[in-house]
Amino acid sequence: MTDQFAHAETVPAETVPAEQGRPVEQDRAFGFETRQLHAGQRPDPNTGARAVPIFQTTSYVFEDPESAAAYFNLQEYGNTYSRIMNPTVAVFEERVANLEGGAGAVAFASGIAAQAGALFTLLQPGDHVVSSSALYGGTVNQFKHLLRKMSVELTWVDPDDPGAWRNAVRANTKAFFGETIGNPGGNVLDIETVAAIAHSRELPLIVDNTFATPYLCRPIEWGADIVIHSATKFIGGHGTSIGGVVVEAGTFNWSNGRFPVVADPSPAYHGLQFHETFGTYGYLMKLRAETLRDLGAALAPLNAFLFLQGLETLSLRMERHVDNARAVAAFLQAHELASNVTYPDLPGSSYRPLVEKYLPRGAGAVFSFDCAGGRAGGQDLIRGVTLWSHLANVGDAKSLIIHPASTTHRQLGDDELRAAGVGPGTVRLSVGTESVEDLIWDLEQGFARVATTAKKAATA
Amino acid sequence: MTDLARYQDALTIQRVLHTASTIAIVGLSSNELRASYFVGYYLRRHGYRVIPVNPRESEILGEKSYASLLDVPVPVDVVNVFRAPDALPGIAAEAVAIGAGALWCQFGVINAEGARIAEDGGVTVIMDRCIKVEHARYMGRMHWLGFNTSRITSVRAGLQ
Repeated sequence: MTDQFAHAETVPAETVPAEQGRPVEQDRAFGFETRQLHAGQRPDPNTGARAVPIFQTTSYVFEDPESAAAYFNLQEYGNTYSRIMNPTVAVFEERVANLEGGAGAVAFASGIAAQAGALFTLLQPGDHVVSSSALYGGTVNQFKHLLRKMSVELTWVDPDDPGAWRNAVRANTKAFFGETIGNPGGNVLDIETVAAIAHSRELPLIVDNTFATPYLCRPIEWGADIVIHSATKFIGGHGTSIGGVVVEAGTFNWSNGRFPVVADPSPAYHGLQFHETFGTYGYLMKLRAETLRDLGAALAPLNAFLFLQGLETLSLRMERHVDNARAVAAFLQAHELASNVTYPDLPGSSYRPLVEKYLPRGAGAVFSFDCAGGRAGGQDLIRGVTLWSHLANVGDAKSLIIHPASTTHRQLGDDELRAAGVGPGTVRLSVGTESVEDLIWDLEQGFARVATTAKKAATA
Repeated sequence: MTDLARYQDALTIQRVLHTASTIAIVGLSSNELRASYFVGYYLRRHGYRVIPVNPRESEILGEKSYASLLDVPVPVDVVNVFRAPDALPGIAAEAVAIGAGALWCQFGVINAEGARIAEDGGVTVIMDRCIKVEHARYMGRMHWLGFNTSRITSVRAGLQ
């Protein structure tokens, strides 16, 4: 070891004792709005830069051979190669982990990659996963095809039925999976109940919290073990970048005998036993040092920077998204050409008790409804609007509209469509932060077109 | 039920890490893949003198290994424990006997009697915390790998 380096590490640290002129850090519980601005970042020690610098570099110069070896052996926290870690990405990871209340996070190039990474870290061929059937179509594809290709079995369950979760568990089951707010059906997951069932069988619960964001719901506080986000959506918030992130609570016992792939000596890391050696941080270390390293779906530093810009205003945007979503949902519920409005925050929704428990600040801003006239009606509505953007994304500050049966959920059969809460005339909205009267005005334009077409058809 | 919060105070942890120079690790393994070795290697790398206390070893990390804390011939600032919880009362008594500054018990090394013995003897107790993680949280690079340090600061720090 080099004495000079050790000196630099330990003596002029940012937290010298008070008697030496600088305060030690108090153990304060900072508020969400403070943490969305500050967590994960400290001003750059070299330059003092206040904004998070974009470290656009593939690799990092080592101090000496011993330091390099320590980094690769995971004996020291060090940067080696941006496929595995990057200082800009690390700020984003820590900020999301902090906001979700997890032990840490690992970012990926997309939400789908994050999900694959979270699962591949704990699965091996022959394993079994129990999943909610009310999921984003892209996740259904990944589970149905990619997981099965890897010889992982799958059972879909009605997420609202605790007995279905309980009865689906087998000897080879390794995880439960669900979404806080189902896409696009608006199911609200009873996280505490499903987590308790998972834990009674020594299984982790994985929750996709994309639609709620940590501002509206923090699944770890209700017992979830792993939280996944498509950062592409509300975290980024402006439709600029694709990315994802996995947060782990750090409390699951991966050494309970069910997870040799996490607990046993790893052939992919010279015999290291990740959970025994790193404890709380074992799963996350393995997720980064093996899964991310080997899948290669690293988040770009520029995209991490853009997500950090998004996170700085997360609470402000989500408040406005929720306000607008409530107004649009109420408008649709009263409209004669709309039915089955799935916004779980609506007074009549069967999910109201779960919304009050898990989503007291609001149930997000993505939901669907059935447009009169079935498939043709839904398409007419989309043709008729001029402010809502017709595209395949959600969680942008701009309002978005799509017809799932012909786009995001196109690969699904009729039964799977129904299980995912999608009908032929279903239209999915992602309510943005525009002036809400403009959003409603535009939907009126769309419904006018639906009505005109229906009238023509009737008189033809 | 041991009140762990009183043994996990942020200010105490920072004071111990800033003022210590010699750390005796009870139960340090010579196996490079064991958690205790990771911690010993890390602490030595960050400028602390690490003294192994393990009767089954002769030398670890370039330092002579002692059978007991009572055999260590130099002053010990921190006694860091990687042993089963029921070994703690005996280790705490030895920490008091050698005048150690702090007794630092790793994750899961929780024993109320051991804590009481150390405190009654004037030894600061930190319990169910990893000394490597806490060093990395306040003085090191834990934030480089996306871990939640729970730290919020706008103070411009020295180089890391």
